[in-house]
Amino acid sequence: MSDRLIYLDHAATTAVKPEVFEAMKPYFTELFGNPSSIYSLGRTAKKAISEAREKVAAALNADAKEIFFTGSGTEADNWAIKGVAYANRKKGKHIITTAIEHHAVLHTCEYLEKEGFEVTYLPVDENGLICTKRLEKAIRPDTILITIMLANNEIGTIQPIEEIGEIARQKGVIFHTDAVQAIGNVKIDVKSMNVDLLSLSAHKFYGPKGVGALYIRKGINITNLMHGGAQERKRRASTENVAGIVGLGKAIEIASNNIEQYNKKLLALSQKAIEEISEKIPYIKFNGHQKLRLPGTVNISFRFIEGESLLLMLDMKGILASSGSACTSGSLDPSHVLLAIGLPHEIAHGSLRISFGEESTEQDVSFLVEQLSLIVERLRGMSPLYEDFVKNEGRNLYV
Amino acid sequence: MVYFDNSATTKPYDEVVDIMRTMDKEFFGNPSSLHGLGVESERKINMARDTVAAILKIEPNELYFTGSGTEANNLAIKGYLKANQHSGKHIITTQIEHPSVIEVYKYLENNGYEVDYLKVDEGGAIDFSHYSQLIRESTALVSIIYVNSETGSIQDLERASHMLKMKNKKAKLHVDAVQAFGKMKLFPSKMGIDMLSISSHKIHGPKGVGGLYVSKGIRLAPIIHGGGQEYSLRSGTENVSGICGFAKACEMTYSKLSDNIKKVRVVNATLRQGIQEIDDSRVISPEGASPYILNAAFKNVKAEVLLHHMANEKIFISTGSACSSKKNIRSPILTAMGVEPNWIDGAVRFSFSHTNTIDEARVVVNKLKEIILKIRF
Repeated sequence: MSDRLIYLDHAATTAVKPEVFEAMKPYFTELFGNPSSIYSLGRTAKKAISEAREKVAAALNADAKEIFFTGSGTEADNWAIKGVAYANRKKGKHIITTAIEHHAVLHTCEYLEKEGFEVTYLPVDENGLICTKRLEKAIRPDTILITIMLANNEIGTIQPIEEIGEIARQKGVIFHTDAVQAIGNVKIDVKSMNVDLLSLSAHKFYGPKGVGALYIRKGINITNLMHGGAQERKRRASTENVAGIVGLGKAIEIASNNIEQYNKKLLALSQKAIEEISEKIPYIKFNGHQKLRLPGTVNISFRFIEGESLLLMLDMKGILASSGSACTSGSLDPSHVLLAIGLPHEIAHGSLRISFGEESTEQDVSFLVEQLSLIVERLRGMSPLYEDFVKNEGRNLYV
Repeated sequence: MVYFDNSATTKPYDEVVDIMRTMDKEFFGNPSSLHGLGVESERKINMARDTVAAILKIEPNELYFTGSGTEANNLAIKGYLKANQHSGKHIITTQIEHPSVIEVYKYLENNGYEVDYLKVDEGGAIDFSHYSQLIRESTALVSIIYVNSETGSIQDLERASHMLKMKNKKAKLHVDAVQAFGKMKLFPSKMGIDMLSISSHKIHGPKGVGGLYVSKGIRLAPIIHGGGQEYSLRSGTENVSGICGFAKACEMTYSKLSDNIKKVRVVNATLRQGIQEIDDSRVISPEGASPYILNAAFKNVKAEVLLHHMANEKIFISTGSACSSKKNIRSPILTAMGVEPNWIDGAVRFSFSHTNTIDEARVVVNKLKEIILKIRF
């Protein structure tokens, strides 16, 4: 066992920053009022929510009136997609998405298919990029929604969002993007990106779990997901999670102020990891686009390796990583994203996602590479397939 | 400051805040992650689920965490009807529900369901002969609020469940217990309740967490799809610190429940007595209501004006449910109870916690007397 934990799973979730918790704390303690209450304690809570809303709006270049808080990024995705689908069903029943969306989007689309909507799942190339020409061709007169993620949670590939937004705008189709992995890593401007709806989640950028937000451009027709009180300007019932919302506001403010520095740091760590791993470990493949990618996410397939075993052995050394998106890592099916970029099942199974963050260091990378090469060697040593492979075609490099 | 608006929300216990801090800082893993930190988060959620389930005397896998009491109500009603579309297009609720139930029923009314709104008597108790007439073969679901959020009136749910099942075996009973949980013993499965909603921030837990009990064997469809968390019923990365904070609040509240109730009864009785000394006043909460809520009305007083004057004295009360604090709308709940409009206009709600004291009640009585003299028209 290692005496310290090296957390390399920031794409799954992050720890709440101390300054974020400090900002939240008064709303757990003396300022605990219900924002719907009309006396000072309630008004103070309401004001805190407005300030958080301003911060989110500033980070997205949106208007504060276009920001709605939710209980998670998943809820924001569900609301955006179902809300637009139901509100516009008289116009049409066709939705376009991609094969590599997060399950919050994919399973919502699958649900809508059962409800009588038609969904086109755009394929991606080996780097995880969609083809915008193909998107244009997929648009039909009855297409009411395009939902395409900004950055992929497993392989980090960033889609050409401006271009997609432009196409959607020209064709008069509503465009939603799941930006849950992108916030804090990619500079967002909903105006220049031509985005109509955008989902985000606080716990991916050092905010608390249990709070997300949906940007809804003014004028977009959308039904509610949750009915009840008149909170969030009658769009999302429930007593507001005041402390959580304040935490989200603080976290997104910090994230957007530091975005360049943070990117630089993560990119340097990723590059170091990629270089050293390529140097030390043969028969591997890096997944995702080389340039159009999240700076902190590295996804690697190791031939002759079981991803889960790799993960557990790293865990024993105090290195915490992921074999795919956290939400699916309980299942035995290989990642739908890795299959969509064309990896065969057995290769997809041997994949590892490392995601760097705030507290990651160069020493972490060195320790990771050292342990990773030992573990990979050990696991391959136990693999009869690897033995045969070395015997028969030892010099043939895996492509 | 005297905070007598504990039905709107409560101040989290210090211990709850401490736990949340620790979770967010040290045990921040995603429960779906396979590594140690993720497994630890998953274990913490399971422990929280065990704690809350033990209090309700239900199985842990009958409890689903949600993002709020409102979400629990939405999930129970929409989720049940979606998954059981063959079970009928008729649904029943009462005229005195919280907006998070009534608005869902209205939504369903616009989407192909036939809805009946059950009458209540002047004490706020549901009218059982009306109820009996309403139940039919096509009745799929009934939603009844346990403790009313404005008056504290308590329903006889065992009777309601029994009557429902006698007339229609398949129909299910959903109960909004947001104002009951933490304030009385509550054993849904023993009472014949099929689904029950609870909320954390009403019992000194954090906002942004709720729970739904669903009796084993009942199928619900999710309203939020995705990663398959909460046994695939409620996707979204679990609010680990919120859930643990909620469980802690449950544990602390229920470990001292009878003491808590005793304290609240004294505060309630003191205030009730003081109010009765004021001319042209009337306690609207019926005998046998939850001691945690006291609704009283003052003739020729504008409730909003009273509220503002009290707030100036740092006494916080409300006119009704915070969620329905809309201006210029007379409380549908008091209206359903047959309270006359001139009384409703002067009705306010005092709601308590065990942290309130008898001295606070005395201060409130004195200020009430003073202010009412000044503002009466």
